[in-house]
Amino acid sequence: MTVRERPLLLHPEIKLAEESFLTDDLVRQLINIGEVDILVGLPTQNNIKTVGAVVQQIQSGILRWFPRERAAIINVDAGSRDGTPELVTGISIDDVHRVSNLYALRTLHSISTQYSSDTASGGVLRIILSAAELLRAKACVVMSPESSNAEPEWLSKLLMPIYKDGFDLVTPTYRRHKFEGLLITNLLYPMTRALYGLRIREPYASEFGFSGHLGSQFLGQNGWDGGKESTDLDLRFTLAAITGGCRVSQAFLGGKEHVERRTADLVPAMRQTVGSLFSALEPDFAFWSAASGSKSVPTSGSDPGFNLEPLRVNRKRLREMFSSGVVELDSVFQSILSPSTLEELKRIAVLEEEDFRYPAELWVRTIYEFAAAYQKSVISRDHIIQALAPLFRGRAFTFVVENRNSSADQLENSIESLCLEFERLKPYLLEMWNVGK
Amino acid sequence: MREMIINELVQAMHELARGFAHFLPRLIVMLVLAFFGWLIAFVVKVGLRSILRLIKFDKLSENAGASQLLNKAALPSSSELLSRFAFWVAWLGFILLGVSILGIFGLEDQIARFFLFLPRLFVSLFILFFGLLAASFFSRAALLAAVNANLPSPRLLSISIRALIIVFVLSVVFEELGLAEQTMLVAFGIAFGALMLGFAIAFGLGGRDLARRFLEKRFAGGNGE
Repeated sequence: MTVRERPLLLHPEIKLAEESFLTDDLVRQLINIGEVDILVGLPTQNNIKTVGAVVQQIQSGILRWFPRERAAIINVDAGSRDGTPELVTGISIDDVHRVSNLYALRTLHSISTQYSSDTASGGVLRIILSAAELLRAKACVVMSPESSNAEPEWLSKLLMPIYKDGFDLVTPTYRRHKFEGLLITNLLYPMTRALYGLRIREPYASEFGFSGHLGSQFLGQNGWDGGKESTDLDLRFTLAAITGGCRVSQAFLGGKEHVERRTADLVPAMRQTVGSLFSALEPDFAFWSAASGSKSVPTSGSDPGFNLEPLRVNRKRLREMFSSGVVELDSVFQSILSPSTLEELKRIAVLEEEDFRYPAELWVRTIYEFAAAYQKSVISRDHIIQALAPLFRGRAFTFVVENRNSSADQLENSIESLCLEFERLKPYLLEMWNVGK
Repeated sequence: MREMIINELVQAMHELARGFAHFLPRLIVMLVLAFFGWLIAFVVKVGLRSILRLIKFDKLSENAGASQLLNKAALPSSSELLSRFAFWVAWLGFILLGVSILGIFGLEDQIARFFLFLPRLFVSLFILFFGLLAASFFSRAALLAAVNANLPSPRLLSISIRALIIVFVLSVVFEELGLAEQTMLVAFGIAFGALMLGFAIAFGLGGRDLARRFLEKRFAGGNGE
């Protein structure tokens, strides 16, 4: 019997495509494990500095909260050269025994596999989902290797609602600095909420829990061979849970460590998040065009709030890059934006720093026109996402200036009013969407 | 004498009638060919226009920047222009085929040349269109990358890239058409050489201190060791 045949005998419903997608070595490792109740996915790429602590927290979390369950950790590595996979599989559970005095009643498996970094994170998620399906995992969690402040409780918070309460997806909420994650607070959260009707604060999360049922459903739905593998699928996964009518909840995990970002990081981040959201709008049109208003999501844990400590933001650079972007990209914006929106952007681009504001309504109209242009592919879709980056800088400047001295409540109100603006202008997106159909 | 003249006249009339009888069927065939050619060319035009509309060729052409050029020249849309072009090429082909049947001395060579030229014309148009598309795409990509990297003069960079690609495409198109090959080759060589020389001078002047430091470090340090 070959190693490729055995999983088919175990789970005959699994498609051949998934079989051939996983490497022989990984299939062999999965067969050795058999079946599990809980699977922890850990995508890595040169994370040797932080991954050790994360793995220990995962092991500790499993021992403390799921001692009787069959569990496995799968590390999906994008060709690390610093020994990350060896560290992940080499961490002994004895260390956890010594520190926490906890003992496992079952063997905790830890396996590692490599994937080509060309396949982006869509490939990682696919491996984790395929492994979860082959192992018949009841509940799965994806953990970020960079969360050096992760705690064993995170596992419980992300898995318990699935394992015990029958939820399908648990997304995290963090206590962030008020100017951290501006792309989420100014675009991803309000737009997802307005269009899909659920108030999920972190629709694009590096840590999340999901049921085996949702994983299999997503694995079956996605056209993996249609080139989508190259796009980021973490956000698509959240959206698939919403459109699939799955039970979604949120869990407050604690503080999110501030990570210094370079200017050059914005465009890749926008490709992964905004590009992913825009590309989901076309297949999900029937769902979001029918949805109205928004509903809150069951959330466990305390109110995350905001970290209000001072944080240095280069406002001058943000505004300058916005203004120069509007001037230089005029020909590109003519293909994307309506004349009135472009005129308004040109008007604010020449304002002095003290007078400069990118109003919420104009921002929402801009985003909706970009989404419609993306759907119609008026120019290359990647160019549309890139063209949005300078405009986002203008909006980030306004958000920072308006909330410089805001309290946590005021900040929350500011985000809430932006969300309501996104909801109010949703018919405008529908109107733009249907033009030329 | 009188009889001789009459005989010659009758003979000339007979030859004329024979010639006319010989020519008339060919003329009819030519006219029939031209008529059916028109019908076929019309079908080609309508079919091509539908296909181009189906594949949203106008949008592609807009992305390539060709639509803007056509608008400026008060010409119809690119799909309309291309389908009209196909109509005329097809109809002209049938007319020339008909003319060749007439057997007029010296025309056959020209007609053969025309038919040999057609594939090259199509290849040239193909290269021109996709060259414009590439120029537009890469210049916009450079513009966006430069703006997001906060580089100085992004538009200049974008225009330079577009100009470079268009010059290259035009030289390939003219070479394919066989028009002024030498002139185009020399013009392209001069333009490309001038551009590279400009870059070399700019980098040389801009980076001379860096180059000096590098050389000093490399060789002075090497001697000292």
